[in-house]
Amino acid sequence: MDKIKLTIDNKEVEVAKGTTILDAAKQIGVHIPTLCHMKLHDMGIENKPGGCRVCVVEVEGRRNLAPACVTEAAAGMNINTHSIRVINARRTVTELIISDHPFECLTCAKSGECELQDLAHQMGIREIHFEGEKSVYREDTSPAIIRDMDKCIMCRRCEMMCNEVQTVGVLSAINRGFYAVVSPPFEQNLDHSVCTYCGQCVAVCPTGALTEVDHTPAVIRALSDPSKTVVVQTAPAVRAALGEEFGFEPGTLVTGKMVAALRRLGFNYVFDTDFAADLTIMEEGTEMLDRLSRHLNGDKTVKLPILTSCCPAWVKFFEHQFPDMKDIPSSAKSPQQMFGAIAKSYFAEKQNINRKDLVVVSVMPCLAKKYESSRDEFAVDGNPDVDFAISTRELAALIKLANIEFKALPEEDFDHPLGESTGAGVIFGTTGGVIEAAVRTAYELHTKKPLPKLNFDELRGMEGVREATIDFDGLPIRIGIAHGLGNARKLLEDIRSGKSHFHAIEIMSCPGGCIGGGGQPYHHGNSDILIKRQKAIYQEDSMKTLRKSHENPYIVKLYEEFLGHPMSDKAHHLLHTSYFDRSKHFEQED
Amino acid sequence: MPKIKLTEYATNLVKEICAKFNNNEGELINVLHQVQNKLGYLPAEIQELIAQELNISAAKVYGVVTFYSYFTMKPQGEFPISVCMGTACYVRGAEQVLDEIKRQLRIDVGETTPDGKFSLSALRCVGACGLAPVVLVGEKVHGRVATVDVKKILAEYKSGCLSDKE
Ligand code: SF4
Ligand code: SF4
Ligand code: SF4
Ligand code: FES
Ligand code: FES
Repeated sequence: MDKIKLTIDNKEVEVAKGTTILDAAKQIGVHIPTLCHMKLHDMGIENKPGGCRVCVVEVEGRRNLAPACVTEAAAGMNINTHSIRVINARRTVTELIISDHPFECLTCAKSGECELQDLAHQMGIREIHFEGEKSVYREDTSPAIIRDMDKCIMCRRCEMMCNEVQTVGVLSAINRGFYAVVSPPFEQNLDHSVCTYCGQCVAVCPTGALTEVDHTPAVIRALSDPSKTVVVQTAPAVRAALGEEFGFEPGTLVTGKMVAALRRLGFNYVFDTDFAADLTIMEEGTEMLDRLSRHLNGDKTVKLPILTSCCPAWVKFFEHQFPDMKDIPSSAKSPQQMFGAIAKSYFAEKQNINRKDLVVVSVMPCLAKKYESSRDEFAVDGNPDVDFAISTRELAALIKLANIEFKALPEEDFDHPLGESTGAGVIFGTTGGVIEAAVRTAYELHTKKPLPKLNFDELRGMEGVREATIDFDGLPIRIGIAHGLGNARKLLEDIRSGKSHFHAIEIMSCPGGCIGGGGQPYHHGNSDILIKRQKAIYQEDSMKTLRKSHENPYIVKLYEEFLGHPMSDKAHHLLHTSYFDRSKHFEQED
Repeated sequence: MPKIKLTEYATNLVKEICAKFNNNEGELINVLHQVQNKLGYLPAEIQELIAQELNISAAKVYGVVTFYSYFTMKPQGEFPISVCMGTACYVRGAEQVLDEIKRQLRIDVGETTPDGKFSLSALRCVGACGLAPVVLVGEKVHGRVATVDVKKILAEYKSGCLSDKE
């Protein structure tokens, strides 16, 4: 590749042709402030509308300042990133942006994590010299996400995520000039749109314009009600990210401290979604083998590939966009909902608690789980299986609120019976993990032989679409993996057109899988954080003594005492679901 | 399964126009233009159908419709009135002319009179600066309009004698 040389702040740097000034500067440790720009390296995700002009720099010999995020570095350029002219220009644009922004930092959900606030701080803004009208929009609340467009700075990162990465197409810039804003079509509420609640728009929004619906007040109320037994489940990806909120290095596992914190918060039982993930594997793995063997025996009514169904944003995506294929995904509920159903039946009966007095709280890396828990089919007589789903960020907020010194906490263990899990349950938190867990169990159930190895490196990684063939003792099983809904769409279109050759496909809506979920601590565009979380997940798996779902003794016991066997009538009733056609249909008026 | 109701006429019209442009999403603006010319406006249902035909999101279509002031989601009057608010027209009194039209028709910009005769919009420079201030009624250009001319212009259309006067 062609290399060029240029000078930035008196330092010489050599970069590949085509590199932006921003990236060139980064190579020599010069961090030019940005606002609208965002790049997730290694994932091919980049937003560069070049709109905010916060990143301007002075290029010798040019009349105008150049935005570093969209300007290519050229040979021989002499660049100054902090001349007085640059600093003044940067301060002016920052002030202009703030002049159309509500001054609500003290009460804003994003305070402390807001990139505009950080910028104002870095620029040392003490007063706004521009006074003008502020644009005002109606607030939009949905089951998972709140849109407060008064705080939108039109960076359009959310639009890029929703359209290019997720290909959902809910969000688009509308109007022009002062009235421009990002909105669902016809300014309808998210709730009425095809939004999947994947939360990737929230994950990248630099300000408080997009935030999650806060369930912590309701959780506090339940915890302080003596008539309620409150149990909590924690999703696998939470333990690999929660520490970041308390100053731990990304990728630090804080499982034991998280359990201790939840106990201090007053939860009566601290359980693990990983247990339900093991249960999901029993059901989904059995369903997969059943479909596979019927297919191999020539049953033409069986559809393959089977698709995983544990991601609720993915479920809503295919209900809207591929309703013709709604019988291909596994009918198994997500681990969150399996947990809720078992907690409010098996566990409640065991403890002799009325389901109305049992409150199930989930801690999830995910915003779609808030929506999922509110779906009508996941309730009995109006009482939901999962009462509240809070995000990793909300749990961190609760811990801070309760004045718990997280770093000083001891490591504690989950409670029984719904807290025991295997390594297979843990890896649900990353792309590739669900299918690896399924393979570990399906292989042994199918071949009746122990697996020669437990790590399937061929299924691991961060590429958006991956495929591998796993040898089931002479039977080649072809597996596909996609994370990010745009990548999922590609695999689905292949299935629709009959081109797909897979037996099973894993799909996760969020880039990286749940470790990159919309409810995780903000990554602020640093994709290294996701890779470190992924490592942490595989590390926890390798530390476990039990690493195959069917070896979880409490799962075995649950089937013996309560469910019978996988796919039994009772299992079907409690652990499986069906999907709806949510697509739009045009009709002739009479 | 959300249902969207449309007349057969509108459905066929939209499909034909989209097909004429090979259902190419790059032609969105032209499609919107032609559909609005035929139907007079672009209600949400029509935009949904266009989105489906061109295989793009309804949000994108709506984004374009709201970006250009030319497009409207409200039914137009029989005689759509547009007042140019470009610089040349503005400095020569377009705002007063607009106010006078509003006063006489008792409607605001973006509205239609209850009898469906007139609707009112404000435009950017229409490229006839020499005639400033400019008022368009339908396709017809009225130049050098003063507030005192408004009554006469509206009367032409009210009585429907526009063509024989030309
Ligand atoms: S939650 Fe996902 S689908 Fe919904 S608007 Fe945000 S990015 Fe789009
Ligand atoms: S909502 Fe947030 S991410 Fe989207 S354009 Fe506005 S500020 Fe940017
Ligand atoms: S990938 Fe995980 S975090 Fe993202 S929407 Fe799906 S379940 Fe939620
Ligand atoms: S960060 Fe470069 S223009 Fe916004
Ligand atoms: S400003 Fe009105 S026609 Fe140019």
